[in-house]
Amino acid sequence: MAVTLTESAARHVQRSLEKRGHGEGLRLGVRTSGCSGMAYVLEYADQAAPEDTVFESHGVKVLVDKKSLVYLDGTVLDYTREGLNEGFRFKNPNEKETCGCGESFSV
Amino acid sequence: MALWQISEPGQSPLPHAPRLAAGIDLGTTNSLIATVRGGAVTVLPDAAGAVLLPSVVRFEATGRVTVGRAAQEAEIKDPLNTIASVKRLMGRGRADVHNSPYRLAAGDAGTVRIITDGGVKTPAEVSAEVLKVLKARAEETLGGALTGVVITVPAYFDEAQRQATKDAARLAGLPVLRLLNEPTAAAVAYGLDRNPEGLYCVYDLGGGTFDVSLLRLSQGVFEVLATGGDALLGGDDMDAAVVALWEARGAHAESPEDTRALLRKARTAREALTTATRVTVDLAPLYQGELSRADLDQAIDPLIDRTLAACRRVLKDAQAKVADIGAVVLVGGATRTPRVRERVAAFFRREPLHDIDPDQVVAVGAARQADLLVGNTGAADMLLLDVLPLSLGIEIMGGLVEKIIPRNSPIPASRAQEFTTYKDGQTALAIHVVQGERDLVADCRSLARFELRGIPPMVAGAARIRVTFQVDADGLLNVTARETTSGVASEVTVKPSFGLSESDIERMLAESVASAGADAAARTLREQQVEADRMVEAVQAALKTDPQLLAPGEGEMIAAHIASVQAARAGTDPQAIRSAVGALDRASAAFAARRMDAGLAKAMKGRAVTEFR
Repeated sequence: MAVTLTESAARHVQRSLEKRGHGEGLRLGVRTSGCSGMAYVLEYADQAAPEDTVFESHGVKVLVDKKSLVYLDGTVLDYTREGLNEGFRFKNPNEKETCGCGESFSV
Repeated sequence: MALWQISEPGQSPLPHAPRLAAGIDLGTTNSLIATVRGGAVTVLPDAAGAVLLPSVVRFEATGRVTVGRAAQEAEIKDPLNTIASVKRLMGRGRADVHNSPYRLAAGDAGTVRIITDGGVKTPAEVSAEVLKVLKARAEETLGGALTGVVITVPAYFDEAQRQATKDAARLAGLPVLRLLNEPTAAAVAYGLDRNPEGLYCVYDLGGGTFDVSLLRLSQGVFEVLATGGDALLGGDDMDAAVVALWEARGAHAESPEDTRALLRKARTAREALTTATRVTVDLAPLYQGELSRADLDQAIDPLIDRTLAACRRVLKDAQAKVADIGAVVLVGGATRTPRVRERVAAFFRREPLHDIDPDQVVAVGAARQADLLVGNTGAADMLLLDVLPLSLGIEIMGGLVEKIIPRNSPIPASRAQEFTTYKDGQTALAIHVVQGERDLVADCRSLARFELRGIPPMVAGAARIRVTFQVDADGLLNVTARETTSGVASEVTVKPSFGLSESDIERMLAESVASAGADAAARTLREQQVEADRMVEAVQAALKTDPQLLAPGEGEMIAAHIASVQAARAGTDPQAIRSAVGALDRASAAFAARRMDAGLAKAMKGRAVTEFR
């Protein structure tokens, strides 16, 4: 079971954490809501909880709670630029369908 | 597929939750905030139903801060602590401001500070108080924190004034999506993007600033072709003109309070004359009389003349004619004055658009833009381009300016140009970034200096240094210099200490036109001087390296020519320098040829002819 970051995603997280001044790493998760069942959570992590699994990817700590990990196993988080917009993209092999806008998904 | 951003713990956005965005018109006289709800723009009123928030802030000794109408009411009894029209001080130096009714001081780098009983304030701090009130109004109405705001600024605001506006937003805790030129916002509000392709003009006469912009619409994209304006001109000046008229008729102000009372009466009289043709003025004992619309028209006509002169200049800048313009948009409360509409219509030979409230139109456009930028409106199918008010360039040899991005270029913009080294073995290059229209650095405004170091030693002219200017959507400038063979690079982001006023920009533009001839002559002279220096340096270096190749008497002859070049260089006649340099060139030609032969002989010695095929 693993969740990884691409190099560019890790670089960006590292930079964002430095700018923010504090934080253990990155928290990835899912929660139920949205038009297609699930929505991603992408947040700064200030401390690990007992139910967290901690991965390390290109020097960045990635925290995922056990419930979310089921839906996120194998996910690669990338950082890309699209025109003037840039941001993170989830590449999740468990994802079966996403809603039109891509803000929520189902497995 | 959506792109994600990292959120603070527990604050990941819900899918499809609309992001709250607002547009703010931070005006000289009044400010307002608008947002898009259910596809329509609403200008948000306060609890009392008023949408206009007077941009007036009062700082009391107790630390109490009042904003808006309440502060405005205290203006007469507490004039020194009640700050109005602070927008005119944004990003300005203490030395730029004359005749202020407030107690001013100089802060860091000469920036202006306002002394109040509630403390010493920067213009950004005063503006932030106005923004805080608007922010609270929006968050209360919308029931959540704002994701981002678009704040409008006059087209003529320079980098320092834009930065001061951003600082004000930061102090108020507002995330700024971008700053938008006021006329550009007005065009969005009128949905001119759905109009036929062509030229559109925005005439914005507000309380304190006048802007005119010429927009070109092609394939659904707006480009601002040219912007212009008139320094410190607006409804406030109309009030002053009316007061001047009253004073000519016997009104007499004894104190600043009297002047303010007269100015306020002038404003209400002027506003009343939008519908009435005659009003009675009773401000005993200061003044009693009547004001007719004809009186008002006569008082303000010289001010309108100034705005139309600016319109003419903008048309000329864009090489456009009145007949090319598809529509004219009126913005700003002062355009309600019938005389303004009448004369604008006569100038452009068409009835200007004025059906959206001219006080609200800028905020409406800003709200549309904000909604688009936070991603509530599907695809970003509208692209707005702003323009640079003054040219940006760098200093080259001889104190001359090489323009990299010409004025009125659409921004965001990125331009690059290659430069090279001037001397053999030169390993560093000083880059001086300047703003302005003149040919000599001394006549332009210095923005920044930085150095590119670590250039590998090469002969003069062999290094290839690429200087790139990038101006972002907010008009902030980033300059990078990169030596392309070695890859060494250096950069600077321009955060000017304080800025130019609109009147300075106007003055600089006027001077560049007035002194075009003198500038050209100065440029020719400097170019010849640089050429003379280069030539003398090269010949002296050659004399030092290869004295054995000189024919008898040749050294003295060349030295005499060097002396005459130096004498001519000290003068101001470019022709004299040119002929002296030519003479030195001819005098040293034989010596140069011998050096060339000697160099070749040395290179070829002991090698087979076949090697040179």
